[in-house]
Amino acid sequence: MGSEFLGMVNYWLSAILLLLGLHGMLMRRNLIKKLMAMNVMQVAVIMFFISLAMKTGGTAPIEQPGITEVDAYINPLPHALMLTAIVVGVSTTGVALALLIRIYRYYGTLEESELLERMQE
Amino acid sequence: MSQHVPVLIVIIPLVAALFVPLIALRTMAWARALTFLALLGVVACSGAALTRALATGPLHYELGGWAPPWGIVYVLDPLSGGMALLIGIVAALVAVYTQPYLKSWSTSRAGIFLSLFLLLVTGLLGIVVTGDLFNLYVFLEISSLAGYALLASGSIHSAVATFRYLIVGTIAATFYLLGVGYLYALTGSLNMADVAIRLSDIGHSGAFAVAITFIVVGLSIKAALFPLHGWLPDAYTYAPAPVIGFISAVMAKVGAYALFRVLYFVLRPTEAASQVLTGLSWVAAIAILAGSLLAIAQRDVRRMLAYSSISQMGYIFLGLALGTPSALKGALLHVLNHAIMKGCLFLAAGGVQWRTGGYRLEDFIGMSRRMPLTMAAIVLAAISMIGLPPTAGFFSKWYLVQGAIEAHAWVFAAVFIASSLLNAVYFFRLIEWAYLRQPKPQPSLSSPPLYQELPMQMLLPIWVLATSVLLLGLFNQSVVNGIIQYAIQPEGS
Repeated sequence: MGSEFLGMVNYWLSAILLLLGLHGMLMRRNLIKKLMAMNVMQVAVIMFFISLAMKTGGTAPIEQPGITEVDAYINPLPHALMLTAIVVGVSTTGVALALLIRIYRYYGTLEESELLERMQE
Repeated sequence: MSQHVPVLIVIIPLVAALFVPLIALRTMAWARALTFLALLGVVACSGAALTRALATGPLHYELGGWAPPWGIVYVLDPLSGGMALLIGIVAALVAVYTQPYLKSWSTSRAGIFLSLFLLLVTGLLGIVVTGDLFNLYVFLEISSLAGYALLASGSIHSAVATFRYLIVGTIAATFYLLGVGYLYALTGSLNMADVAIRLSDIGHSGAFAVAITFIVVGLSIKAALFPLHGWLPDAYTYAPAPVIGFISAVMAKVGAYALFRVLYFVLRPTEAASQVLTGLSWVAAIAILAGSLLAIAQRDVRRMLAYSSISQMGYIFLGLALGTPSALKGALLHVLNHAIMKGCLFLAAGGVQWRTGGYRLEDFIGMSRRMPLTMAAIVLAAISMIGLPPTAGFFSKWYLVQGAIEAHAWVFAAVFIASSLLNAVYFFRLIEWAYLRQPKPQPSLSSPPLYQELPMQMLLPIWVLATSVLLLGLFNQSVVNGIIQYAIQPEGS
């Protein structure tokens, strides 16, 4: 049981991060905190994919002379996918921050409750 | 040249999006011409690809020469070719419609607007043509990012609404990505056709159920299926009219397309898929009724149309979930019809706002005399939304009801019919305000002019769409038999 749990620990961690992020995005009332929670959630997915690539005893996927068997290298594909996902995450954060700057300049607040009041004025 | 057609569909708008803002700094007219030419190129390429796919079978394009399942492959079968053609045509019409708006904006703003519009088109076309699950995620995010920027280009309220949409949209995309991760862990492949083959060997498992749940929930949020629709009405309310016209007509449909593609072409061979479909059909049935009821409660025409979109997405999802041949034909025909008629309605309502400055029902009083051609287009599209023959809306509902009867799902057949009555309530109310109410005598000196039709560039796209509503209704047989019945069959079955 103990070793099985330890072997799965990064999956558990990514599940916890995912739920934390989701909770923050839905329940936090401050827009910046929502955005930070969004990044936490994206990190959870990145961790999930990277864990898929892991092989016990595997090394970085750069061909080394003499070593040809597949199990000697970890799977590079999830890393490549997550590189793209990181880029997507950065762009989303950038667009979100630009929106927040615009909102803050006009309303002077990023608290959702105050924002809703000002919007109704 | 001709073997590159599938990739050109995506490359043309992408390259144009790079150059348009630069050209706009020198000559705005050239930037507008380039945008329109690029979209015409998309229409030509997807039209050519669709005819080829219908005649000789699906086209495959291996990017960089890497054979699938290792490389990314673009697949143009009748389904994706038809969707690409629809996106291209609606985009070209909206590009014409935007002209008067562009003239009233500064050069840099107009250039960036056109560039974002082309990027949105690129993302949507990419979703449609790709045959790779992860590539679909990337294009989903390209289209979403461009969509956020476009939606936020309206008043300051639009920034708040867009931020909410961004949060929800990112949850949706992350769910989809997680689902793809589970599929990858199960099968070791990301190529749609390859995953489908490998899944049929694996069969049912817990991880597969998780994967399908994440993907269905994620794509349902993107397609604004009730009760995951919360982002849509606000996002639609504050954005500029051409943007809503395009996004409401096409973007949610592409979400439905992606779900159809993944459910029926990738996950189909398994048992768990059918359980998810049963659940989805009930959610969709509730969406149809709830969307219509919420639409009746609105006094702002734009919000009314937005809630009506939620109800209409329910039709498409219910058709997909029922899964009988007629229901699938009806769902795809409704994707086409709803894109045309909702595009027409939003563009025409945007025209009323262009003249009166508002979207409230009160703003529509007397419009039948002031803008008779625009209002006639609204009436035509509204009749089609209600589903009266011979307009297009009648026929897609006919197929959907027939599909529900084929599946012996009497409740759903009743839902389709009840919803038509509800649609009639709010569209006839709009028509009543526009045609029968007398404008109050204006106390001020500035009474509005008696006749003030829209500029030609706005009127033309509205009427092209309105005429298509009628033509699609009259020639629905040839659309269904010529394209859609080939589109619903996965390759090789």
